[in-house]
Amino acid sequence: MGSLLRMNRLLSSIVDSCNCIIDPQLPADDLLMKYQYISDFFIALAYFSIPVELIYFVKKSAIFPYRWVLVQFGAFIVLCGATHLINLWTFNMHTRNVAIVMTTAKVLTALVSCVTALMLVHIIPDLLSVKTRELFLKKKAAQLDREMGIIRTQEETGRHVRMLTHEIRSTLDRHTILKTTLVELGRTLTLEECALWMPTRTGLELQLSYTLRHQNPVGLTVPIQLPIINQVFGTNRVVKISPNSPVARLRPAGKYMPGEVVAVRVPLLHLSNFQINDWPELSTKRYALMVLMLPSDSARQWHVHELELVEVVADQVAVALSHAAILEESMRARDLLMEQNVALDLARREAEMAVRARNDFLAVMNHEMRTPMHAIIALSSLLQETDLTPEQRLMVETILKSSNLLATLINDVLDLSRLEDGSLQLDIDTFNLPALFREVLNLIKPIASVKKLFVTLSLSSDFPEYVIGDEKRLMQILLNVVGNAVKFSKEGSVSISAFVAKSDSLRDPRAPEFFAVPSENHFYLRVQVKDTGIGINPQDIPNLFSKFTQTQALATTNSGSTGLGLAICKRFVNLMEGHIWIESEGFGKGSTAIFIIRLGIPGRANESKLPFVAKLPANHMQMTFQGLKVLVMDDNGVSRMVTKGLLTHLGCDVTTVGSRDECLRVVTQEHKVVFMDVSMPGIHCYEVAVVIHERFRKRHGRPLIVALTGNTDRVTKENCMRVGMDGVILKPVSVDKMRSVLSELLEHGVVLES
Amino acid sequence: MEIVGKLQKQFMDFMSSLYREGFLDDQFLQLQKLQDESNPDFVVEVVSLFFEDSEKLLNNLAMALQQQVVDFKQVDAHVHQFKGSSSSIGAQRVKNACVGFRNFCEEKNLDGCMQCLQHAKHEYFLVKNKLETLFRLEQQILAAGGTVPIIS
Repeated sequence: MGSLLRMNRLLSSIVDSCNCIIDPQLPADDLLMKYQYISDFFIALAYFSIPVELIYFVKKSAIFPYRWVLVQFGAFIVLCGATHLINLWTFNMHTRNVAIVMTTAKVLTALVSCVTALMLVHIIPDLLSVKTRELFLKKKAAQLDREMGIIRTQEETGRHVRMLTHEIRSTLDRHTILKTTLVELGRTLTLEECALWMPTRTGLELQLSYTLRHQNPVGLTVPIQLPIINQVFGTNRVVKISPNSPVARLRPAGKYMPGEVVAVRVPLLHLSNFQINDWPELSTKRYALMVLMLPSDSARQWHVHELELVEVVADQVAVALSHAAILEESMRARDLLMEQNVALDLARREAEMAVRARNDFLAVMNHEMRTPMHAIIALSSLLQETDLTPEQRLMVETILKSSNLLATLINDVLDLSRLEDGSLQLDIDTFNLPALFREVLNLIKPIASVKKLFVTLSLSSDFPEYVIGDEKRLMQILLNVVGNAVKFSKEGSVSISAFVAKSDSLRDPRAPEFFAVPSENHFYLRVQVKDTGIGINPQDIPNLFSKFTQTQALATTNSGSTGLGLAICKRFVNLMEGHIWIESEGFGKGSTAIFIIRLGIPGRANESKLPFVAKLPANHMQMTFQGLKVLVMDDNGVSRMVTKGLLTHLGCDVTTVGSRDECLRVVTQEHKVVFMDVSMPGIHCYEVAVVIHERFRKRHGRPLIVALTGNTDRVTKENCMRVGMDGVILKPVSVDKMRSVLSELLEHGVVLES
Repeated sequence: MEIVGKLQKQFMDFMSSLYREGFLDDQFLQLQKLQDESNPDFVVEVVSLFFEDSEKLLNNLAMALQQQVVDFKQVDAHVHQFKGSSSSIGAQRVKNACVGFRNFCEEKNLDGCMQCLQHAKHEYFLVKNKLETLFRLEQQILAAGGTVPIIS
């Protein structure tokens, strides 16, 4: 500003000094010249001030890419200004220097202005293009803004979808899923109404199942075959539908303009739709229809992102529903299984209880039944010994017979239960087979003759005389079978035939699994009992051998049997590795009972289980046992004395002991035989045998050990055999028996129990 | 000599009645067989031992059954012994009484046991009486110079 003022002062002084120069020349041209003078002056001023301003403002602004241009322009303007300034001197007569300066200035100005003009040709397009670029960038910015807006909305939508999905999937309850869907959709999209139509069971109609806001009439249905519905079901996209379509008429009609309505299908997936690798095949299509209504009178439109949201939600709902369905199924299955388990458990417990109860019952009843039975039998026998009148004797005998029968029955029941437990074992022994048959015949004959039945027995010619088996139980089987034959025959005959079975007669066509393998030491005995009685219905035959069953015919004839007999027979026969069956052609045609059992052949004895010898006639040598050292162990003084007397009478040198310890202390190698009373309580007497075995094992000549016992049941015998005793004798022992025992002992080293 | 004969007949009848009435059984016969020159008093000895034993047992039984808390196992053991001894000498009725006794012991039936005890005692004293009578007869025969007849 200072220079400007100086400039002005200079110019005014120049003007003042120039005033006198101009005036004398041309007065008319004076005015013109004055104006020109002033214009030039102001032009110069303007020219000089522009660059100053430019410089000032450019200095102020930070960025300006065209400084060089500015300089040029500045120079051009300055020079122009200078030119116009110098012009002021040329109005009057001027010296040659002024002319030179003027010329230089003009030349320079011309130069610079040409250069500037040339430069501007390049620069002005650039400057213009800056402007275009600016416009372009503005447009771009606007576009980006728009896109930003879209992304934001999409993100919002995504968030909503996630939230919706979360809500929907957070429950596995079908109703909650659907309700939540509608609620959340309504909230997110601020809908007027949101409704779900589910297909009915028949699949022919859609029923309005859920609505968001308005209560609708219950059971509102529309048929499924409407074109609008088909259209919606045909695509997985959201479809805009008319607010007047039946599915959209959900609100009471009003004056207002309804908002836009869209509908989308929701696939209802079944378990069977899921395959491992593929996404569910939507071939079996069941869809529900979801209808969404914008608020009326709002001029809102469905935006694309909103439609996309709805589509996504529909898919999610489908998945959630299928999960819920799967869960329901599995829970149902699990409940069913649990119920079944509980039921099974209960059944098992009941069965166990029943079995336990039965066993307890059997055990108790057996004991309870046996005890009085023994009392009755014992006392009846005693009664028999007293003085009785013949009538009384007859009565007592009847009582005895009946009680014996009853005792047998009780034993049968016990046998059966032991048979079932598998704890029954046969008493194997050698016996006379033909004699057994004859005895059975003798027992049956009286009853048969009362019924006027003929009973015949035929044994084959190669019938063995002595066999090895369980005599008592074979008799039981025979009695049962023959007894049945007699019982169920009112007239005619009963024929018993027995023979050694050859391979062809061993097979029963109805029991292909029965294999009979005769061997060196065994043979198979086949017994046939044929009767001319009432016969049996072939259909009943399989049940004959079941416990407690009686066929219709039997039940009506009041047979008085327990139904156990044949069952027990079957079990005994099975124990004897045999087979029993009954053949009958029908009612009135009689029946034949056939059984095959395995028996051993004596003589080729390789039975190592029990030391026994066939019962030979008793004419063995009468040896004297002079000086034979024997040891008697018995804790009963009287019994001990009697045994001692017995053995002394036979010539033995007897030592007696009263306890096991004493026995073990006293026994030596010199004692040839040790007689041990094993009816002493406890099993410890058997231990003595074991100890003796061990003690004398190393040396030669162990004393033979014989047990004296009051009862010869299986358990006692087993125990004796187990500890290695050489014999078992039943007390009380007679002189003859002792004699034979001793001689057998010394001859065979072993004795047979008697 | 008729005295001997009469005594002998009396002895035989008495003996037969004992067998017939079931007081004695075969076992007693066996015992008699064991009596020989080397063992002339075998039977008497055995029977005396039996009497001693039995009286002890009967006392034990009576005491055991009078306890506040009856130990039936112990009672059963005693009865078992009694049964053993009585069967060894052939006292049949005593033995049978013991059989019933054991059943009641198994059932732990105190009243039954008491009854059986009485019964067994009764039988025992009966057979004791009979045997003593028998021995007296034997002594009388021997004193009269006769020999004791042997029953087979």
